[in-house]
Amino acid sequence: MALQPGESTRIELTVNSVAHQVDVEARWLLSDVLRHSIGLTGTHVGCEHGVCGCCTVLIDGEPARSCLTFAVQADGAAITTVEGLAGPDGELHPLQESFKTHHGLQCGYCTPGFLMTALSVYEQAPEMSDDELRRAISGQLCRCTGYAGILKAIRSAAGIEGAREGDGS
Amino acid sequence: MKPAPFTYHRPETRSEVDALKAELGPEAKILAGGQSLIPIMNMRLSSPANLIDLNHLRDELAEPVLDDGHVALGPLVRQSAAERSALVTDRVPLLAETMEFVAHPAIRNRGTVVGSIAHADPAAELPAVLAVLRGEVVARSTAGRRTIAAGDCFMGPLENSLEDNEWLEEARWPVARDDQGFAFEEFARRSGDYALCGVAARAECAGSTTTVALGYLGMGDVPVCLELEPLDVDAIDSSAIEDAVAEVVEHQLDPGDDIHATVAFRTHLARRLGVTAARRAAANAHAQGGS
Repeated sequence: MALQPGESTRIELTVNSVAHQVDVEARWLLSDVLRHSIGLTGTHVGCEHGVCGCCTVLIDGEPARSCLTFAVQADGAAITTVEGLAGPDGELHPLQESFKTHHGLQCGYCTPGFLMTALSVYEQAPEMSDDELRRAISGQLCRCTGYAGILKAIRSAAGIEGAREGDGS
Repeated sequence: MKPAPFTYHRPETRSEVDALKAELGPEAKILAGGQSLIPIMNMRLSSPANLIDLNHLRDELAEPVLDDGHVALGPLVRQSAAERSALVTDRVPLLAETMEFVAHPAIRNRGTVVGSIAHADPAAELPAVLAVLRGEVVARSTAGRRTIAAGDCFMGPLENSLEDNEWLEEARWPVARDDQGFAFEEFARRSGDYALCGVAARAECAGSTTTVALGYLGMGDVPVCLELEPLDVDAIDSSAIEDAVAEVVEHQLDPGDDIHATVAFRTHLARRLGVTAARRAAANAHAQGGS
């Protein structure tokens, strides 16, 4: 297929388990399609060149920069955004709960990117050294917290999850 | 900012890519992971008229494979796949050691190894590693395939030696031998950011003599490979190796001054990182049972 400048094509994205068909131009970034076409504004856009990490989402289960991906590249992919974390009843994901408890955010702009990045490591985090955990989240920038609360939140999330399962809730 | 408009092509076979490159030549850029291309398009530093998206090619391998004394990576092998590959860890330990220095995990999940080579950024890790390992790449076009040695790949900053109708379909990394040892060192101000200086070392030992090659990044317009005078095994831990590294750094590297570091600082880093990497590579070579 070829798509001319200004021309749109219909792509399929499964976002947080909901199938969407959206018309996109080839130059539209996945971050903008999530926010503008699908209306999921939880994915934040900071630098638009891959440095800040705010726009990180899961593409087919792996953290990736949505600002460095054209939506057409993700045609047919399963995307998870920060809106996909909390339960249908609004119960926070253990990571979100932990960020709240341990002051893992202040202004909150970077938080969606941190949460989506931490999602792939928090279960191993209790066994990871400080250095390993810092490296795992080194692609995310936070200008408020100084990172200590974020590290603590990621480390504690698995415990929150364990406690919930222990409750049977 | 947002990328300028372009015509988007989505081929399904490598031959279709050849045909598109034959038709469009320099007007078309290849899009694989896009982790270097899309940032410069977002900043409007690059506005290609056409993009050829490889992501929907059929039957492409997602993993490195062993092929005739090399570990071969196709055009869609992500950097994270190389990082996690047991084959790479086992057969190309220098590449395995270097992967974690390449950008950030989320970037490596999308970025491809071949794409990083094609991008030819002199501050990137993978071109320097390919060069010091004397690896090669395979370019293809409607006229056929040709193999290019790593030393002939890089012409200048962000400039490779491909013809206008060619594209890269494979990067080939020589399997490590028992008499070889390796090490990678770099200094960056922020984790995952471009290093001010980095060096990949390959040591080979024969009896009590060790030969060390250093592949530098961030120290010129292209990756620079330097070979040290053969060293006696006793010289590895002595000041003789410091003199040997200082000699080649002084005479054969020509780093630039910029807002990030002065020439003097970069040269200092090249010496210190070079010595550390050379010592570690030589120790690894001897530990392999080469002596």
